[in-house]
Formats: sequence, C-alpha cells, structure tokens
Amino acid sequence: MIRLENISKSYQNVAALHDIRLTIPDGKTTVLIGPSGCGKSTLLRLIIGLIACDSGNIIIGDETLESLDILQVRKNTGYVIQEGGLFPHLTAGKNIILMAHQTGWQKTAIDKRLGELAELTKFPPEALDRYPLNLSGGQQQRVSLMRALMLDPDILLMDEPLGALDPMIRFDLQADLKSIFQKLKKTVLLVTHDLAEAGYFGDHIVLMREGRIVQQGHINDFLRKPADPFVTRFIRAQRVFNEERGEVTE
Amino acid sequence: MRIFLIHFILLGLLSHSLASQNEMREIKIGSKKFTESVILGELATLLVKTVQPDVKHLRELGGTRILWNALVQGDIHLYPEYTGTIIQEIFAGRQISDNSELPAILAEYHIAMSRPLGFNNTYALGMKRKLAKKLNIETISDLQQHPDLIFGFTNEFMDRKDGWPSLQKFYQLPQKNVQGLDHDLAYRGIGSGSIQVIDLYSTDAEITYYDLVALIDDRHFFTDYKTVYLYRQELAEQAPEALRQVLKLQGIISESQMIQMNARVKIQAQSESRVAADFIRQNFYIEVNVQQHSWLDRLGKRTVEHLFLVGISLLAAILISIPLGILSFRYAGPGQVILGMVGIIQTIPSLALIVFMIPLLGIGTKPALMALFLYSLLPIVRNTHSGLQDISQPIRESAQALGLTRFAQLRLIELPLASRSILAGIKTSAVINVGTATLGALIGAGGYGQPILTGIRLDNITLILEGAIPAALLALLVQWFFDSIEKIMVPRGIRQVS
Repeated sequence: MIRLENISKSYQNVAALHDIRLTIPDGKTTVLIGPSGCGKSTLLRLIIGLIACDSGNIIIGDETLESLDILQVRKNTGYVIQEGGLFPHLTAGKNIILMAHQTGWQKTAIDKRLGELAELTKFPPEALDRYPLNLSGGQQQRVSLMRALMLDPDILLMDEPLGALDPMIRFDLQADLKSIFQKLKKTVLLVTHDLAEAGYFGDHIVLMREGRIVQQGHINDFLRKPADPFVTRFIRAQRVFNEERGEVTE
Repeated sequence: MRIFLIHFILLGLLSHSLASQNEMREIKIGSKKFTESVILGELATLLVKTVQPDVKHLRELGGTRILWNALVQGDIHLYPEYTGTIIQEIFAGRQISDNSELPAILAEYHIAMSRPLGFNNTYALGMKRKLAKKLNIETISDLQQHPDLIFGFTNEFMDRKDGWPSLQKFYQLPQKNVQGLDHDLAYRGIGSGSIQVIDLYSTDAEITYYDLVALIDDRHFFTDYKTVYLYRQELAEQAPEALRQVLKLQGIISESQMIQMNARVKIQAQSESRVAADFIRQNFYIEVNVQQHSWLDRLGKRTVEHLFLVGISLLAAILISIPLGILSFRYAGPGQVILGMVGIIQTIPSLALIVFMIPLLGIGTKPALMALFLYSLLPIVRNTHSGLQDISQPIRESAQALGLTRFAQLRLIELPLASRSILAGIKTSAVINVGTATLGALIGAGGYGQPILTGIRLDNITLILEGAIPAALLALLVQWFFDSIEKIMVPRGIRQVS
C-alpha cells in the first residue's frame, strides 16, 4: 500500500500539487486522470524519488520514503514512461536485463526470466537483439514494460505508457496490459488523460485538476454522480464513435 | 587493441625516462635561433665531442631570455652570447659601464664567461645599396632627411634598451612607419622592397647576398658586441677537458671568417656541422666526425619526438578532462568556473604559453608537454560536458528510476551515450596538438617543428616542407585513427542514429 499524506509540491512558486491525500491499495490498478499539467506525472515522480516533495509524507508499506533506501524502493518499483525511455545504446534484451545483471543474477536465471517476460508481453524473442531504434512504438513499450517487470517488483508506475501509440496498436496493448495486470496482481498506478482507457483499466479512478484531487471512485461514480461541473465537462469532452447511429457522439 | 595501445604508451614513457636519466651526464650546449649562434654552438659541440662523446646541441632555442634562463637553471651548460646583449638585455636593470665588470656579475649566477672569440657582431642599420646611393644616404644621421622610409626591425631590437627607441631619440629620427618582425622575414622584406631599412648584425651573410650597405654609425650609438661563450662554473670542475676544448676558440674567429661561415650556411645551404667541422680542421688540424643523418633517420627521430609530445600530453589531458567535464556537468556552479578557466587557457597564444612554462619547467620536452596538455583541455572538457548535457531527460530519469547507483548511471548509461561527443573532443585536441607541437622546437623539444624553424631561418622551402608535410600527414592520420576508434568504441545503437 502506498499512502500519500498531505503532499504539496511547487515549481518556482507555481504550485503543482496541493495537499494531496491518497491511498493506493495493494494488488489493484489505480488510474490517475486529468488534463495536462494537473500534476499526475509529478505524483509518480515523487513516489519513485526523482523529485522531492515540499511537505507531506509518502508512506510505502509502513515506512516513509525518506526512511527507506531509495535504491531499494526503485528496484521494487517498475517505471514505464510514454517515450519508453529505453537506452538507445543497448539492445532490447540488454535494456531489460540491465538491473538483474547489476544485482548479480546468474545467467540462467536471467535467461529464464527474459523468456517468461517475452511470453507474458507477447514480444517476439528474436527481436530482443535489436536496438530500440529498430523497434516499433508498440514493441518499444513492451520492452519498457519487461524492463520494469524484470526484478518482479511489487509496484508498477506507468506514466501514459500508451500515449504515443497509434489507435490500433494501442487497442491491442491495452488488452494485453489489462490481462498482465490481472495475472500479476501488482500494485499499479497508471496515468492517462483518456477516460475510456481509465475506465478500462481502473478499479479505482482518481481525477485531478490543477494539483488537486477532484473526485475518486469507480468509473460509474463519475458518470452518475459527478462531484462538480468540471467533472461533467471532463467526461463530456470525450467523443465516442457510435456504431449503431453511425456518428460521433459526445 | 586497447591493451596494446596502453603497452605502447607505457613503453614510450619508460624508454623516455631512462633516456633522461642518461642525459644527466651529458654536456648540453644551446644556441639561439639564428645561423651564427647555431654555427658557434656547433663549433663548441664538435670540439667537446673530441674529448667527450656525450654532448648534445640543443639548437635554435628561441631568444636570449630562454637561453639565459636555461643556462642558469642548468638545462644547458654553455651557449654563445654577445657582451652587448649581456649588458643591454640580460642585466638591463644594472649600470654596467665596461665588459670587465661582467665576470663578477655573472658569478652571482654561478656563470662564467670566456674571453671574446675575436669578431665583433654589433647592431647596424642596413638598406639596399642602390636605394642608399639614390637617396644619398651613408650614415644613420642621413636618415633624418627621409621621414617616409619604411623601417622593419626585429622585435628584439624594438624592445631593447639600446634598440630603436633610444636610437630614434639619439639620432632624432622622424620615421613613424616602423614594423616589428622576425629577423629572417626582415631580410625577405627588404629583398622584396616592402621595407627599406632594417636592423642587422654586422656579420650577417645576407649583407652581401641582398647587396645591402650597413649605414655608418656616425655618432657611435651602438655598443660593442663581442662574442663569448657563457657557461656554468661547474663545467670547469666536472668537465675541464671539454671546457678547454671550447676555450680554444677564444680570439680565433675573425669577422670575415664569421661572415664567410654564415654565408656558407645561409646562402650555399651547407649544414652548420659541416661548416663548423671545416673551420676546426683548418684551424686546429683536428678531424671531427660529422654525422650525416639520412633523410629517413631524421624523419624517424622527429616522428618519435612529435608523437611523444602529442601522445603524452593528450593522454594526460584525457585523464583530467573527462572527470572535469563530468564534474562541470554535475555541479553547475563550479562547472561554469571550470569551463571558464579552460576557456581562458585557450585564449593564451600558444607561443606565449610555451614560453610561460620555461621558468617553471625549464626547457625541453617538459614545458612543451605542459603547454600542449593545457591546450588539449578545452575541447575534451567542453565535449564531455555537452555530450552529457544532451542526453534526454526521459533516458536520464529511466536510468535513475531503475535503481542504478549514481556511478552506475554514469558508467553504464551516460558516458556511453556521450562517447561520440567525447571522442570528437579528443580528436579535435589531437589534431590541434599535432599542429601546436611544431612550436615545441623553439624550446628544444624537437619534433617536426625543428626543420620548419631551420627552414624559416635559412629561407629554405624544402626544409620547411620536410617538417610541414609530415605534420600535415600526421594530422590526417590522427583524424583517421580516431574515426576508426569511434567505430569500435561508440555503441552500435547510437551510431545508427546518424
């Protein structure tokens, strides 16, 4: 369980997060959603210690982030970002096994794990020898996911992992990701700005606006009981293609 | 490949340090970078060689200051000098009225002086005989009537106490158009007509070659320039026989003999060694062995010297600059200071930097290495810094988020990604170094600069090319070498990008 207690963070006097209180339950997928600049990525970066908060506490398990060894926290947390963040000078395979290699895993263990992950993420094993540059966008994100999962972490932080993909690839990967989440039962915190995607993944959805949490709950709560006019506007801003009527609706 | 390289460099270092240990027992003779001084240095060298084989002539070591400092510091043991220069330049701050005071003053520095060798090589002003006749100029005073004449003086003469400023005042000369330039270039300038009056030495071979007249010093401004050898006092105890040989030259060389020897070198393009050997044979009936090195031998020796200068300075620069680049990237504040400092070093003219090193490191290879090292810093520091800076934030943060230690992030991710930029910096430094190292010859570090220096002195294009062409080829080779290294060292994934 990750608990955020009264987290505030500002950049050059501009507040990015305001007194955030949030509990992220174990073994479930929590989705952070909101317009650009609402602070959702900042929240992820705080949890993995890429930036520090100005006030408040981040509690992982029973301990505050400051009291923990940040390197251990990071090893126990997979982090996937929109651009993949793959190291261009290493092959897909080397990207994935880098940390296992660094922590002194045996070669047989590494190879076995790599095989499992390729199967889990439906990644063609022969493409493991390719450099990131020679992989498609969808393949790059699968590699990024494998890299995040290599050490079998308890927590998975995903910052718009599908944001840069074209719709068809995105559609397939959404389905694959969902089944992986269900299979692995990890604590997932996923950021997106797409309500449909949020509803598809999320057991629990958190809507943010300008550094504050506006509403949280199940997707249906947002549709039936919007907390304020912003929530209604946010929901209505998503267009859907209605097959029966043959037109795009709001 | 890399191991082989390191071995090669270590071997070079080792053999050099062994060599410099042997040099301790060697007598080193210096000479300035003009022909007469080189001949006098060679005369002394050949005479010493008749009794002691370990003698080395460090020829063409720049100007008076360099030679004097080298002598006082013990980098050389003996060199030819002129009494006028000692009084007017070396001890410019003191009141010395007569040459007889010199031994006592020199002794304060543990330096002794030979008796004069015979000829007087004083300063004079010279111009083309034809022009002098046309304008009816015979004496320096006559120049007062011709304010439009263009004067070209050696930089040394422009600055000396007994040089142009005093001369102008003394003779009330009106000329405004006065350029400072190199002595050899001055002769070429007067030959082509771009300058009309130059300073010259009364034993210069070019006086006859360019058909010049030395204007009469009608009011006796110029002092005596008797030629002597200055040497370290310890020579008398540690190598008395060698010293006795050199001192044989006292009172022996007449002005016409010196002009003739200068002319044989400068105009007939004979080697200083041969001219000196002939003089010794004719006057002392000693046959001295003049080693004639083949072109290939010379090239090989200079290549080794040049590669040594470039290789060692570059290696040291790499070892220092990459950490400095990393530091300046990691800590923005001190980083600006580091980048600023290596930038300032780069603005010091290379010749000045090399000369700055002499008081600290003496003459020879050491100051040249230090100057080249300092010059190599900026491109490598800057490229390391910018190579690291250019890594995108998502990649940098991904490395961090994986849980890599700071050092592992640097070693596994950042440095490999910056490797192309770092190598480009090293390549820039190496190529610049190959060029700058030619200046090392001025302070006795050898290399391809030696024939270039001699070639300029003797107005000998072939000789200049003997240094310039290998230097250019070496620069190309260095470029090719680093291009190959790039293929090996820069990871494939980022090579494909461009």
